[in-house]
Amino acid sequence: MAAMLQSVRVASASFHLPDQCSKLPAFSVCSLPVIRSERSSSLDPIHGTRSTRKVITKAVAAQAENPAAAASKPGHELLLFEALREGLEEEMDRDPRVCVMGEDVGHYGGSYKVTKGLAEKYGDLRVLDTPIAENSFTGMAVGAAMTGLRPIVEGMNMGFLLLAFNQISDNCGMLHYTSGGQFTIPTVIRGPGGVGRQLGAEHSQRLESYFQSIPGIQMVACSTPYNAKGLMKAAIRSENPVVLFEHVLLYNLKERIPDEEYVLSLEEAEMVRPGEHVTILTYSRMRYHVMQAAKTLVNKGYDPEVIDIRSLKPFDLYTIGNSVKKTHRVLIVEECMRTGGIGASLTAAINENFHDYLDAPIVCLSSQDVPTPYAGTLEEWTVVQPAQIVAAVEQLCR
Amino acid sequence: MACSAAAKILHNPLLISSSRSAEKSDSCCKILGPSSFLGSTSLSKKLVSVNKGVSRASRRSANVVAVSSDVVKEKKLKSNSAAPSLLITKEEGLVLYEDMILGRVFEDMCAQMYYRGKMFGFVHLYNGQEAVSTGFIKLLKKEDCVVSTYRDHVHALSKGVPAREVMSELFGKTTGCCRGQGGSMHMFSKEHNVLGGFAFIGEGIPVATGAAFTSKYKREVLKEDCDEVTLAFFGDGTCNNGQFFECLNMAALWKLPIVFVVENNLWAIGMSHLRATSDPQIWKKGPAFGMPGVHVDGMDVLKVREVANEAIARARRGEGPTLVECETYRFRGHSLADPDELRDPAEKAHYATRDPITALKKYILENNLASEAELKAIEKKIDEVVEDAVEFADESPVPARSQLLENVFADPRGFGIGPDGKYRCEDPKFTEGTAQV
Repeated sequence: MAAMLQSVRVASASFHLPDQCSKLPAFSVCSLPVIRSERSSSLDPIHGTRSTRKVITKAVAAQAENPAAAASKPGHELLLFEALREGLEEEMDRDPRVCVMGEDVGHYGGSYKVTKGLAEKYGDLRVLDTPIAENSFTGMAVGAAMTGLRPIVEGMNMGFLLLAFNQISDNCGMLHYTSGGQFTIPTVIRGPGGVGRQLGAEHSQRLESYFQSIPGIQMVACSTPYNAKGLMKAAIRSENPVVLFEHVLLYNLKERIPDEEYVLSLEEAEMVRPGEHVTILTYSRMRYHVMQAAKTLVNKGYDPEVIDIRSLKPFDLYTIGNSVKKTHRVLIVEECMRTGGIGASLTAAINENFHDYLDAPIVCLSSQDVPTPYAGTLEEWTVVQPAQIVAAVEQLCR
Repeated sequence: MACSAAAKILHNPLLISSSRSAEKSDSCCKILGPSSFLGSTSLSKKLVSVNKGVSRASRRSANVVAVSSDVVKEKKLKSNSAAPSLLITKEEGLVLYEDMILGRVFEDMCAQMYYRGKMFGFVHLYNGQEAVSTGFIKLLKKEDCVVSTYRDHVHALSKGVPAREVMSELFGKTTGCCRGQGGSMHMFSKEHNVLGGFAFIGEGIPVATGAAFTSKYKREVLKEDCDEVTLAFFGDGTCNNGQFFECLNMAALWKLPIVFVVENNLWAIGMSHLRATSDPQIWKKGPAFGMPGVHVDGMDVLKVREVANEAIARARRGEGPTLVECETYRFRGHSLADPDELRDPAEKAHYATRDPITALKKYILENNLASEAELKAIEKKIDEVVEDAVEFADESPVPARSQLLENVFADPRGFGIGPDGKYRCEDPKFTEGTAQV
């Protein structure tokens, strides 16, 4: 576990996922298929370039196809923050109305380097360094979106966006409705959140639970360079206001992603590891704790199905439902607080929709309802650790 | 007391050399105590103050000056003592008159309809403040944007939203400008570029700043020929709010084409401006951020129009924002639910004598711009327009249940994917408004 934690440290060298691949034949982050079942296409969702495939419902050992191999070009390796930048840059090239606003996004290149080099390329107006006034510059983004631009607001840390709650809730979320559909607000609000490495309580917040009730916004969380780029592009192209949650500790993940352009669906979940015994639903950084626990579980003879829900609002009840119908046991692992978190909503949604398929009550592992302490040991106990996940699965599958 | 430099100050506030303004500052300065704000006659002697505080190194705001339009008027009268030139033509006069009458009659009708149970909730009426709305908005093009607060009916009407649509919206009918989904405090019109209608004070100012940002972006990034300006209307209470100051800073910093119009009617709900504000002279807060701050008599539509003209022209030329404080008064309570018991009857009586419509009518008749009959005809026409609006709203249908879930998302796929694999919005119950989302 210590090695695992070491390797996801922000400042350290990149985390090489392929090392994990060799141990778990069925789990291969570098070969994420775009799970896309055959949906009715009366609408025209934004599709990636690869063809549609059915959800993998079969057993464990199926080696997921390597999309990099399937594609004609070899793909390129990059870190997650670079993947975000790549997606951002491609969209800014594609549409001149796309612009970025935030603190230190321009000359400084972004506090996590997501916008590095963009101000030099696109100018100070398109990559706007704002004064420290979150509520106002978020509102400014709303006004700009209403009048034709497509702004991306960066919260230097998602926690700072609490100051912008007025604008995010009342204006971003509601104006399309209160204007009777006259104005669209195609903004993307993004930034790093989550519990980091001893950053203290206020820099370690998980705002997905605070924002989830706001009607009119969508929320997605990225967890790999592949889905980071795809979700960034999808969020920018969406006509809805989207909040994209990144995680402070995941920016240096390395992965090989396709050279061809691709856009992911904002509303779909991602099948990380198909399995039979239990459905583990997770998102963002906890995905890696889950996969760490999955290694142990496989050694102990369990076969967990791991789904990265990705879309925090709305939930992809199709992917989740199919999984529940197969395994009959659900474990939710999240970094949100226990009270009113994403897990709480997910538990309710699954109970409501799939009650008959459950053989056991849903177990939800969340962070403790405490302000994240500074001390390293306390911080470790605040979030869910792989050992707890293993114990929960063993309990669930008894 | 009127400085010969005053006229220049108004038109080119940033080009005065510091020496000239320093020379004038002592003679021009007159500090008004708070009591003079309550409509006393001493207000007619306006104050002029010069900001020399910024160092020479700062190019931006070295010579920002705050001015009152009264100084300009006095100066003009002095220089053209023989024949004072008229401020408006006949056509303009009639347009202004009609707009103000529309605002007044419409709001009076709203009060009637409210007490008859046709509209509900919080309704904030604009009676008495018409000069500000008419004075500013009638100078705008259709592409210019207006952002308001909850006291937004008349701003929408002045900008061109048909009375029928506003009345329907107030009645909560589906033919309203926001399909009945917004209500009194959320008037929006994409066609006429009315960007709301906001219930929380200060909330709309960043939105207005964003609209102005788009205008600058179109010009400088998209290389379009764009000189659209945005007007942000808000009250005295808002001027103590953080968003106000944050936006003054950003607008001045980036020289956004926006005019911040303060409708200082001296009262929030029951909170007097003087009890809530350390320095009640709001126009002064402009120069602190590097933009001109102007105080104007908001009960006089011609004075407002003159100041507005310059402020809007400044913004169009790319010279940046202006803060205009309009001293005005609302004849009714804060909203129709407000018993309005706190305000001094003497104060109300004083402002009633300064009714902007009466003042304009007097100006028009005295200067023979139009006859009494023509004005009466306008009043009759407006009566008919408003009656028609009520009739239209009455006969319009209420929203069907199917409208409930529409417009929550521009892209309804945002409701997500249901257990059956289909997007929720494809569920037939969705269009009936009964789907579970």
